[in-house]
Amino acid sequence: MALSRISSRSNGITRPFSAAFNRFISTDSTPITIETSLPFTAHLCDPPSRSVESSSQELLDFFRTMALMRRMEIAADSLYKAKLIRGFCHLYDGQEAVAIGMEAAITKKDAIITAYRDHCIFLGRGGSLHEVFSELMGRQAGCSKGKGGSMHFYKKDSSFYGGHGIVGAQVPLGCGIAFAQKYNKEEAVTFALYGDGAANQGQLFEALNISALWDLPAILVCENNHYGMGTAEWRAAKSPSYYKRGDYVPGLKVDGMDAFAVKQACKFAKDHALEKGPIILEMDTYRYHGHSMSDPGSTYRTRDEISGVRQERDPIERIKKLVLSHDLATEKELKDMEKEIRKEVDDAIAKAKDCPMPEPSELFTNVYVKGFGTESFGPDRKEVKAALP
Amino acid sequence: MSSIIHGAGAATALSTFNPVDSKKLTNLSVRSQRYIVAGSEASKKKSFGSALTVRHSQKLIPNAVATKEADTSTSTGHELLLFEALQEGLEEEMDRDANVCVMGEDVGHYGGSYKVTKGLADKFGDLRVLDTPICENAFTGMAIGAAMTGLRPVIEGMNMGFLLLAFNQISNNCGMLHYTSGGQFTIPVVIRGPGGVGRQLGAEHSQRLESYFQSIPGIQMVACSTPYNAKGLMKAAIRSENPVILFEHVLLYNLKEKIPDEDYICNLEEAEMVRPGEHITILTYSRMRYHVMQAAKTLVNKGYDPEVIDIRSLKPFDLHTIGNSVKKTHRVLIVEECMRTGGIGASLTAAINENFHDYLDAPVMCLSSQDVPTPYAGTLEEWTVVQPAQIVTAVEQLCQ
Repeated sequence: MALSRISSRSNGITRPFSAAFNRFISTDSTPITIETSLPFTAHLCDPPSRSVESSSQELLDFFRTMALMRRMEIAADSLYKAKLIRGFCHLYDGQEAVAIGMEAAITKKDAIITAYRDHCIFLGRGGSLHEVFSELMGRQAGCSKGKGGSMHFYKKDSSFYGGHGIVGAQVPLGCGIAFAQKYNKEEAVTFALYGDGAANQGQLFEALNISALWDLPAILVCENNHYGMGTAEWRAAKSPSYYKRGDYVPGLKVDGMDAFAVKQACKFAKDHALEKGPIILEMDTYRYHGHSMSDPGSTYRTRDEISGVRQERDPIERIKKLVLSHDLATEKELKDMEKEIRKEVDDAIAKAKDCPMPEPSELFTNVYVKGFGTESFGPDRKEVKAALP
Repeated sequence: MSSIIHGAGAATALSTFNPVDSKKLTNLSVRSQRYIVAGSEASKKKSFGSALTVRHSQKLIPNAVATKEADTSTSTGHELLLFEALQEGLEEEMDRDANVCVMGEDVGHYGGSYKVTKGLADKFGDLRVLDTPICENAFTGMAIGAAMTGLRPVIEGMNMGFLLLAFNQISNNCGMLHYTSGGQFTIPVVIRGPGGVGRQLGAEHSQRLESYFQSIPGIQMVACSTPYNAKGLMKAAIRSENPVILFEHVLLYNLKEKIPDEDYICNLEEAEMVRPGEHITILTYSRMRYHVMQAAKTLVNKGYDPEVIDIRSLKPFDLHTIGNSVKKTHRVLIVEECMRTGGIGASLTAAINENFHDYLDAPVMCLSSQDVPTPYAGTLEEWTVVQPAQIVTAVEQLCQ
């Protein structure tokens, strides 16, 4: 296992695993077909097939990245309790399959926009652990220079548009990004993620109406973890079939704990959106933590329910079983991988803790963008008042 | 205080406050002496008036409305109405930059409810002049999302009041995204629409949103009042990388003026000197500018010499121009159409008191609309907004 330690793990989340396991170099590109756990339920469209094309490399990548995401969220939990992260901290553990499956189906030109449960999606879009922890602790090296916080992660070069605190407001933004993609003829799509709580926001239906009217390449993804903070979905929505709520817009219900089902659905949705306009995906998923760190998560649901889901539907366990059954790695190797990941996360936290806080002058930067690049005349037009940078 | 620190645009960096020099001090004391010596009300006014006419006869501009005379820079130009000036500005910017698009209700095929976007849909097509369904929250959000990728949408609220439905998008996403993303995203949108009290349009269609939006960090607000500055501000707003809210007024769309043929823009952070004067600074914007100028005619006949400044930039305030004026005249009257409570005038009063307290001879007076929903009945509606007669009385009171 010395080999596994040699392969550096500083940045690459999706670094190919071939270096560590000599015996699998030959099988890396071997395609593997995996059946999704459940069939898809469709509304106004034909569901895609249950057989998903994958490869051994992808399978191991999935395991590694999801384990990294899980470890990151649990570390964030400890940091919050140690009061290094303040304010609101919404954790994504349990829902990793959605982030991973989506990433596997799309490119960095396709845009993703989500609400405040954004740490793992940011990581999936290419963000680094250092940026994540620095931003969470409000340090300079954070992805938003420490000025955004947990709910405001953005990565422009990977088309990750955040990171939004107000429930539901990101969906019209997402449809606007899809509009821009159509305007610029980019052949890319936008995934606008929201939760089962946000699904009752009016602006969603407004945005969906416009997207359907103008044939925008917008894909609305409802990450249905069945609880809107403390309110169960059956208490908040008359119709909890979120994939059908688009009415005239087609929808697909997906098992959100199965990364391959998510991947298949997102691929299907992308093809649909580029040709025929918007589509709704409902990801049936679950979060182990409460809504945020200030919510224990057990006042509105039983511990049995949580542990039941953990035992039967955990996304990482599912991938682990697939890896083991396809003989891609042994238990011990996977455990070592998890240890490596733990170390990686701990290193990132230590590095972030050393990072300085933002300068006081940063309070006033980025409020406005400076300059117009034009000349500006005074009201009497007799002289150039300023040549703005 | 905060408007000094903003630093939006290099042009109106505030002047350092020169300490009052001795000459000025003597002037002050002389003036105050004269003020004290004059006894009764009648004689006070008389002595003031006559002294002033003697002193400033050369500088006094007999015609209260000065802009037309001063605009001799272009003898060629073309005359048009304010809504046509807005349309011209918009069209020129859309020609210049393919990223500019217009979103709003009935802006396309209908031509715009106030004809500002007339003809643009035929020229630029449906993808650049977009008729939206009636969902302000969503289409404002969509425009902001599109702006994050680099497009430059111009959002039209059919009436400014409808944009209250989009307040969340304007406040949280439009204003704050540049900051919370650490500078990664810019939101170069323009949000425009007619507001203000019209002719018996009713309470919900006579709203003045400047007061609600003024505290949102990250946005700029401007109010146009003439065809010249309407076109200039529209173009500057579209070219600006910051989100700009352009306030138009329902009753000003048919104003006619001659504007230059050549390309020009107006500075977004600058106030406009409408009529230079010596006795009192009157700060105003939008429709109230015309009420002030009407009052100025009466005041000039009575012997006063008001300096009228159209502040134009509602956020940030052009404290440079305003400050220079206050230092000259030492009396300030603010005339606005906003409500009394929490309006632009309230903020401006605070800013002037904070920064120019030493230069003031009298408290800053602010005339605003009454804190009532605008009634439908014509006579009542007239009394919700400030009328020229009230402005004259206020000036007389301040200049005693």
